[in-house]
Order: sequence, then structure tokens, then C-alpha cells
Amino acid sequence: MKAPPFRYHAPADLDAAVALLSQLDNARVLAGGQSLMPMMNLRVAAPDHLIDLGGVQSLRAIEETPEGLRIGAMVTQRTLEQSALVARLCPLLSEAASLVGHQQTRNRGTLGGSLCHLDPGAELPVVAAALDAIMHVAGPSGARAIAFRDFALDYLTSALAPDEILTHVTFPAASQGATSAFMEFNRRPADFAIVSVAVTMRLDAGAIAQCAIALGGVSHAPVRLAQAEEALKGMQATDAAWDQAAQIAALIACDGDDLYPSDYRQELCGVLVRRALGLAHRRAEGAFHV
Amino acid sequence: MFDPQRIQLTVNGREVEATVDSRVHLADFLRRELQLTGTHLGCEHGVCGACTVLVDGASARACLMLAVQANGRSVETIEGVATPDGALHPIQAALSRHHGLQCGYCTPGVVMTLLELQRESAGRVVPEEEIRAALSGNLCRCTGYQGMVDAALEILR
Ligand code: FES
Ligand code: FES
Repeated sequence: MKAPPFRYHAPADLDAAVALLSQLDNARVLAGGQSLMPMMNLRVAAPDHLIDLGGVQSLRAIEETPEGLRIGAMVTQRTLEQSALVARLCPLLSEAASLVGHQQTRNRGTLGGSLCHLDPGAELPVVAAALDAIMHVAGPSGARAIAFRDFALDYLTSALAPDEILTHVTFPAASQGATSAFMEFNRRPADFAIVSVAVTMRLDAGAIAQCAIALGGVSHAPVRLAQAEEALKGMQATDAAWDQAAQIAALIACDGDDLYPSDYRQELCGVLVRRALGLAHRRAEGAFHV
Repeated sequence: MFDPQRIQLTVNGREVEATVDSRVHLADFLRRELQLTGTHLGCEHGVCGACTVLVDGASARACLMLAVQANGRSVETIEGVATPDGALHPIQAALSRHHGLQCGYCTPGVVMTLLELQRESAGRVVPEEEIRAALSGNLCRCTGYQGMVDAALEILR
């Protein structure tokens, strides 16, 4: 179908965008349009006003800062996939970005759009959960920062107030000796993930000094596997450790649907967590041998 | 509600100026206003890839982009791929040779996707895996893809 009628606004800077969003009734922000446009074409969304951020250049920067990698909300998934800076400071994000949709949608789809839309099958929110990303938002009363765990509230629902816009996201830079892996399972490549997993790990003389495990597709928002993260701390980086984490993952409470019931997703959680931890570890080993 | 927007863009190298309703997507604009009906619409919600065009050289779903968002940009469609005298582009010729199309509904999108891949590869040999990943964004109900992959492998080696 065609999108229902709306009025189009193309602010040239962030202040103008924030002003429009707080003045207009039933307005939506348009980022890359790879989720909002289908929703409008399907008449699931019918905003009266569309505020296109395409012309707001300040939202497209990628910078290395003392806090980590700072990425503008309008940076496309394709840019994330190809950026050398992202690959160096946040390889987990590069890897996940390459799995978002298809190249034809990654060329337009954005980091901010994906993180605000919060589809349960999306890849980038899982990375944000694993890395404890900080979400920076701007509204009429100024800017504020929200930890990702407080940002993903519910199904397709973020902590953004109706008059707030996500401006950029800070991902802590991967530390020395850190390794990571992103994996997902779907029936066809490039579909939304049925279950996805992001892991990061820091190794110290063969032992796991710290690790983070986040799962997508199990609930409305990404879930951190805190119990397994704790259990692995101090263990030797061996198959026994991955098996233990997998057992914990396979017990996690999963939402199910007709196609993929909860026990099927639980099984996937276990398998993917084991594989992703093993892959991250092999990557670290490989790096040590170079 | 009519929300007229003045736009100026380049389509297949030609300057175009028009007034469009803001809700009109780029594919409808190309098809209805410019009579460039080679860009097809399959699903109109971003899953089939029949509407794939290049915007500033990058592939995009023309059903997920408003015509007004193409303001100031350069759009390439299937109509601009063959030379004006009708000689097929090497990608088109290879698809034909390898039976990479049957009904042809998906083909304009497939050609645009492969054109982007060919330009990005800049002479590098592109592995089959990468070709299949690029084509995963174009649904074809007829061919089973093998002919398309064969054509692409021939062009991108
Ligand atoms: S018509 Fe645009 S993706 Fe199907
Ligand atoms: S040739 Fe018929 S859909 Fe591809």
C-alpha cells in the first residue's frame, strides 16, 4: 500500500528538529526509513507529521573520544559495517552491522533508527546491551544520557520522551586483550534473527577475567545473561566454560510464538552462546599468534 | 491532505524538476511522473527488492524512500543501464546468456544490485558467497538464482 498522508518537514539542524517535534502533534522522526516506511505503507503507523533527519549533518559523525566510540544516530548500518574506526574500536558492532537486513536496506538504515525502533529480532540493540552503550538524547529541556539497559523498555518501546531525539551513542572501546563475537540464527540469511547473541570477553593468562553475554529474540528487549557472566569469571577459557554458559542460556525464559515456540528458542540460546564464546576465544588465540 | 514539495534531482543523468506530494515514494514518482516503469513494485514494504534503484550510487529500496528525500540527489534506474542505442550492459548480457531471468519481474532490481556490486568491487574477484549475500536482497520466484549467480561470477572475476 501507500503511506497515508502526512506533512513533511526537513529541519537543517538538531535544534530545529527538536523544536518541530515538541510543537507538532502526532509527529514521528524519520531516520533511514527502513522500519518506519514499511509501517506507514502497511498503515500500522500513521503520523500527521514526518520530521526527516536526513539533512541534520551533525548526527552523522563517528569519533573516538575518551569515553569510547561516539557514533551519530544517523550513521548508516552500511557505514558501520565499512568504517575502519568502528572495526578497530568496536569490532562487535562491525560484525553485527553486516548482518542487519540487506545491503539495499543497510545503505539507508541507521544506527539510531534501529536502536529506537527496538525490533526484538534486530541485531544492533543486542550489541548495545552487551557493551552497555550510553544513549544520548536531546529534547526541549536539554540533553540527557540514558544507559541502554534503561532505554529498551518494552516491545518497540524506548525510554525516549515523545519530544526527544536520539543524537548519538557511545560504545566503550574494546580494551586490550578483549575479544568478541556476534552470531545469529535465521532460516534465510539476512532475515530478522530468531535468536541472536553478542559476547565480549577479556582474557588474562588463559582465564576469563570478564565477559558479557547478551541475547536477542528471547523477549521484547535484549537480555543480559548475568548469571552466566558471573559463573564464567575466573574460569579457564575452555569448552567446559562454554558448556556451562550454554546450560544457563538454555534455561532462560523465552517468549515464543507459533513459528518458533519458547523451547525452540531456548535450545537456540544454548547452542549460540556456546558457539559464540568459542568463536570469540578462537579469535583471541589467533590474535595472540600473530 | 496534499503536501506539495518542490524537488530537483538527476535521474539517469537527466535533470528533473517536479512538485510531488510528500507521501509519494520514489518508485511511484519514477513510474508515474517520469514514466520509468522499469522499476517494479512487488511488496511495497521493503522485502522483495524489485524496486531497487541506485541513489548517489548506493542501492536503495525505492518503495521505502520518499520522492522528496531524493531531492538534490542522483538516481539511477534500469532505464539508464543499457546504452541509448539499446546495447545491453555486460551485466544484462550475462544474465541473458546464463538464463538469469524468466518472467523478468525481479530483474531490474537484480541488475541494479549487481551494478553496485560491480562498481564497489572495482575489478577485484568477487567470491560466490558475496554475490549470494548481495542477491539475498532480491527475491526471485522463478529462477532459483543459479543463473544469476553464474552470470555475476562471470562478470565479477
Ligand atoms: S517493492 Fe520495494 S522492496 Fe518490494
Ligand atoms: S525472473 Fe521471475 S521473479 Fe525473478
